[in-house]
Amino acid sequence: MLSAYLIQLADNALILGHRNSEWTGHGPVLEQDIALSNIALDLIGQSRNLYQLAASRMNTLSPEKEPVTEDDLAYLREAPDFKNVVLLEQPNGDWAKTILRQFYFSRFQLLQFRDLLNSKDADLAAIAEKSIKEIRYHVKWSSEWVCRLGDGTTESHTRMLNALEELNPLVAELFTTTDYELAAATGGWGTDPASLQPDWLQAVNATLQTATLPLYRDEKKPALLLSGKNGFHSEHLGFILAEMQFLQRAYPGCDW
Amino acid sequence: MEKEKIISILEEVMDPEIPVLSIADLGILRGVEILENEIRVTVTPTYSGCPAMDTIQEDIRSILLKNGFDKVKINLVLSPAWTSEWMTDSGREKLEAFGIAAPALNHSCTMAGTGTDEPGHCPLCHSENIEMISRFGSTACKALYRCLDCREPFDYFKCH
Repeated sequence: MLSAYLIQLADNALILGHRNSEWTGHGPVLEQDIALSNIALDLIGQSRNLYQLAASRMNTLSPEKEPVTEDDLAYLREAPDFKNVVLLEQPNGDWAKTILRQFYFSRFQLLQFRDLLNSKDADLAAIAEKSIKEIRYHVKWSSEWVCRLGDGTTESHTRMLNALEELNPLVAELFTTTDYELAAATGGWGTDPASLQPDWLQAVNATLQTATLPLYRDEKKPALLLSGKNGFHSEHLGFILAEMQFLQRAYPGCDW
Repeated sequence: MEKEKIISILEEVMDPEIPVLSIADLGILRGVEILENEIRVTVTPTYSGCPAMDTIQEDIRSILLKNGFDKVKINLVLSPAWTSEWMTDSGREKLEAFGIAAPALNHSCTMAGTGTDEPGHCPLCHSENIEMISRFGSTACKALYRCLDCREPFDYFKCH
């Protein structure tokens, strides 16, 4: 259960990091291309720390098995083994959609990692302590962009409305508790995501209001049958993995 | 005595992305221990995904090897998390002389901090008349500003 929980945290960071890295070389202006590439770097760095920890816990728990490494977890698992939320594997779309996805997730990750500072697992608490400083900056940057686009031109406002329409149905999954998250919360090393929803709603809606955008309304139940956290993904994840894992699968153990 | 010698050797290991700052100036060199069979060097990354970390570890190994220390273990720690407040005064001076504004002090980078995360002045002409261009600069640890007097753009080492 601990390793499933750690892998879920890592998968969220890796998949969003990979999506953001797709903007590298394609950003609307150079400075924002660099911004998103740097956020990608932070997220991939966080996922690496989390995969290392997951691998070490798995190896301790099952000493009879072949030891796993961070690379096995990132590059050699299939889509149904990934536990990231469906929101994060969505294609980047336009700048507004990328910004809104980052904003929704960073706001969530900030609350989640704030709780993980008190994790009974000292190594997980250390990763949270390290990551949370980066996340605060991501929140700052993405909130500013939500306001700039929402309260910007007719064109940018319309694009934000479209982004809200596309992404809002995928938000509820963030706060839907799985078995392994419940076990993590009960065990004192994780946090129940459902408990984070009120704070998230308040913070997100404060920004949406400043941005002159419609507020997020809790739709109580997920509008999707998909559950990324349980391995039931949209078709998009397979394409991400095909690109991300190609090199390791074609040239096993390759290093450079 | 040997420990001091090792620390002074390690002061020559530079950050590959800001080559005027050593790992000691940056505050990422957290400790040196001399054990029976090995030397243990503790370092901490600035950011989770800092791409310079691998190079820094290699540089630590190779400079110690050059000085005759071949049994070295590098211990990477995440907690306590690095903060830009750990940069030394001489590090801050070197940074400014290199054309990068030093991070603001007054704990503006901590959770409870109330200060603003902004450079005090342009590192080139020292004017306080500056504006932000982008929250992210050429590396994860920097933001981009410009001076409204001398008109030069400059990097700002962010509070963290």
